[in-house]
Amino acid sequence: MEDLDDIVHEFLVESHENLDQLDSDLVALESSPGSRDLLSSVFRTIHTIKGTSGFLAFGKLERVTHVGENLLVELRDGRRVMDQTTTDVLLRMVDSVRAILRAIEASGGEGDVDVDPVVDAIRAVLDGTVTPATEPAAPTKGKIVPRARRTAKAAAPAEAPAEPVAGPVTEPAPEVAPAQAATEVAPAAQASAAQASAAEHAPEAVLVAPAVPAVPTATAVAGPPPAAPPAASSSAPAPIQPEATVPDATPVHPAAVPPASDEATAVAPSPALPRGTFQRLAEVPHPHEPVEPQAPKAAAAAPTEAAQDAPQGRSAAESSIRVDVDLLDALMRQVGELVLARNAITRLADDTTDIDLVRASQRLSLIASELQEGVMKTRMQPIEHVWSKVPRMVRDLAAACDRQVRLEMVGGDTELDRSLLEAIKDPLTHLIRNAVDHGIEHPDERAEAGKRRVGVVALRAFHAGGQVVVEVTDDGKGIDPEKVAAKAVERGLRTSRQVATMATQELLQLLFLPGFSTAEAVTNVSGRGVGMDVVRTKIEAIGGTVEVESEVGRGTTWRLRIPLTLAIMPALTVECDDQLYAIPQVSLLELVALDTQTSGGAIEYVRSAPVYRLRGELLPLVDLREVFGAGERAEGGSTVIAVLQADTQRFGLVVDRVLNTEEIVVKPLSGRLKAIGLYAGATLLGDGRVSLILDVQAIGRRAMATEIGEASRAVGTHDAAERRETVQVLVAGIGGDRRVAIPLATVTRLEKLPAAMVEHVGGREVVQYRGSITPVVRLDRILGSAVADRDELTVVVSTRGARSVAIVVEEIVDIVDDDAAAHSDLGDHGLVGSTVLKDRVTELLDVRTAIAAADPLFYAEPERTAQDDPFDGADVAALATLAGARVADALTGSVR
Amino acid sequence: MSRQLATFVLDGARYGVDVLKVQEALRSQVRTPVPLAPGGVAGLVNLRGQVVLTIDLRVRLGLAPLADDAEPMMVVVQVDGEPISLLVDEIGDVIDVDTDQFESPPETLDPSLRDVILGAYKLDTGLLLALDVERATAA
Repeated sequence: MEDLDDIVHEFLVESHENLDQLDSDLVALESSPGSRDLLSSVFRTIHTIKGTSGFLAFGKLERVTHVGENLLVELRDGRRVMDQTTTDVLLRMVDSVRAILRAIEASGGEGDVDVDPVVDAIRAVLDGTVTPATEPAAPTKGKIVPRARRTAKAAAPAEAPAEPVAGPVTEPAPEVAPAQAATEVAPAAQASAAQASAAEHAPEAVLVAPAVPAVPTATAVAGPPPAAPPAASSSAPAPIQPEATVPDATPVHPAAVPPASDEATAVAPSPALPRGTFQRLAEVPHPHEPVEPQAPKAAAAAPTEAAQDAPQGRSAAESSIRVDVDLLDALMRQVGELVLARNAITRLADDTTDIDLVRASQRLSLIASELQEGVMKTRMQPIEHVWSKVPRMVRDLAAACDRQVRLEMVGGDTELDRSLLEAIKDPLTHLIRNAVDHGIEHPDERAEAGKRRVGVVALRAFHAGGQVVVEVTDDGKGIDPEKVAAKAVERGLRTSRQVATMATQELLQLLFLPGFSTAEAVTNVSGRGVGMDVVRTKIEAIGGTVEVESEVGRGTTWRLRIPLTLAIMPALTVECDDQLYAIPQVSLLELVALDTQTSGGAIEYVRSAPVYRLRGELLPLVDLREVFGAGERAEGGSTVIAVLQADTQRFGLVVDRVLNTEEIVVKPLSGRLKAIGLYAGATLLGDGRVSLILDVQAIGRRAMATEIGEASRAVGTHDAAERRETVQVLVAGIGGDRRVAIPLATVTRLEKLPAAMVEHVGGREVVQYRGSITPVVRLDRILGSAVADRDELTVVVSTRGARSVAIVVEEIVDIVDDDAAAHSDLGDHGLVGSTVLKDRVTELLDVRTAIAAADPLFYAEPERTAQDDPFDGADVAALATLAGARVADALTGSVR
Repeated sequence: MSRQLATFVLDGARYGVDVLKVQEALRSQVRTPVPLAPGGVAGLVNLRGQVVLTIDLRVRLGLAPLADDAEPMMVVVQVDGEPISLLVDEIGDVIDVDTDQFESPPETLDPSLRDVILGAYKLDTGLLLALDVERATAA
């Protein structure tokens, strides 16, 4: 029984592989019906399954494959043309076979898979009783008939040669006749292009020529000519009967049955054809010989192809063996251990002067690397394995969605670790479904938009930067960021003010939010709201990333970046609070060393959020010590910012020290620690210590999520806030331990300007700010506070229309909610009152007066509200988002 | 019915776990702390190339931490197919116990401990507390 199980198991494994191949072959066959190679491959697969199932006594399986084989025999022998109906039933057969195989795998028996409908369907096609089966044939005949008539009329002499030809040729080898005709016709038709009738056929003849190479190969496969006569006689009646009205042309038609021959036959009676050719052809008993001398082009092309194919197939079978995946996994684990041991030895050797040990260590290092590479290769599989199901899927989908889709696949030989391939299968399927269903438009729509009716879905895979990139591109309608924004607002995922400030790329990121789907109607293909977030989760689970690019009207590209392998990866080891942590190198962009002693102000704060100016752009910072709740960093020590990429956002992770990069082996983390959500796993360092691998995406998202959380909390309390007349204010120190509050609505930007920038216009101080002369308001002077002169001015810029004013303050403290109900009217010149903010008495600045003191005309222009001034609103919201402030929507309640 | 318990000492009291669940007992090793981990997680150790979670039983059982100079021992147990190391004060013998000697924990035992301690075996040499390994190691 054990032995039998093994056999069954092997059978299942082999059959599943073969069936995947079969799917692609069948779909490919539909587009190139003449390909004997494909037909033979399909036939062999089904034949093998049939044979084995008979041997293993799987009756149903045998029955299905048997009828399927019958149909394939007819196709292979050229007695039947591959058309859509045939493809359909064959694909159905493959599905049934698969269902039965699944049942066998699950229960050991064939289960209750009902094969009768499929068997009947195939029989019906075989018998030709199914109406749809004859349909595709009809137009073919229709084409031939008029053409045959036309030729007959145009070239009466041609009838004579045509008749004798049909007789002898059909009998020995029906397939050869059209091929010969076609090859002969191509040059002949060109030569006689001057003749009116021939010119008419010339394009067809040219068309036929490329189809010819398939035929010589096929004749080789078809076997001994004696098998042919019955085939010819059985198929002959069908075409003859409907065309009995064209007596002259009839002899030609039996030849019309084999694939790729209709045009050829139609041209066959062309007057340009020398009679001798046909006679010679008929006399030669073996089909191969006439082909070579008479159609050198075809003969040269086809046999080479066949010759290439054959040895390849043989060598593949001989040069590879099946290996249990568990064994490979175990090997990979052991190599991982070896790499760690190597790291340990390398570390030891680094500290020694023993030249022999150093040499031995280097050698070990080299061998270990090569071994690691080799073992990794054994686990690599071309991405084709995942793609093999795609043509079938796209075909079915396109039919279901009423689209016309051409699938392009580039880079199918790009290799990926087995486990990763498995992991990207579902996400990839989802993206392709989306591309066909949502990306590609209906053919009519495409035509209106001036595109080709047939949409293109392209799969591309390639290596880039130590990762594998897989792209799914469609040339469809693209993703409209406006729609995405509207949908996000409708779903309550973002507020309208939030989306108003977002760039296109950020808007597209919203697609990855859980519960997002832009499909207007839920189809059975996609658009159930469980989509891109799942894709992203799955891809990130294997350490990859998803990107999307889209242009309205031009199409969309989804890009998956996937690590080559999961098991071993390069990582940066960093130190934080005396412990070492590993950061996967793939998320690392750059390192910035900060010497806090010399550049104390390198880390700046926007509200409470630390930022770093990286080449002029503000980089949000996350301190690993803060994340871990560890103690403050010792003063005066140097720190390092690791600039990391999480999703589309960059952020800087502040760590104590960076040690080195090391190849690390990812060890699974105990399930009890997964809930923490900060670690992607653990690894062993060269000295044998355990080190945690940081989950960069999670840390980044956690840090950003607190902002989003705060923002949504602000949205939640929005209504209440409005009723309570709460206004967000910027609290700034003005020296002398005094604080003033400035309504956030009047704040456009916060800047630091060198004091040297201040120039004078008359008695006023001005600065050149963004290309215009901007008056400077010194709050300390207006409000009578004393501030020591500084080299750098902290400036609150208020912009209204084209005019700006720079309000100089001592320092920016915070952005807080100010409840008007708590205001006291206790104030002074330049103030509207005072209130308590953050437990401190804060003066409420009379902004109008303060600004008017510097620029009397600032408010002279017609009054506009904050909401009407998108520049103001957008900029402040952007600023506040950066600050992680509870933002944006509080602005609607602002006073201006 | 008799069964075997691997015993160890914690703060002067003897505890036992089913010997079949014990993989090995060894000296403590350098542990890598896990920030933000739930209480009782003493860190990760490298057990012959395997990363193993360590649980400090003293924390779990609400006992005072071990003196700084004392070095704990590790008992590695298999829980749900995953090795987990338990920090204990001392390792004892494997003892044959009889179910007749078993008694449920007294009502006066702290409810939080009653989850972890299955009961006590009344041995001639004293009480042996039976530990529920699954619950003691649950996060």
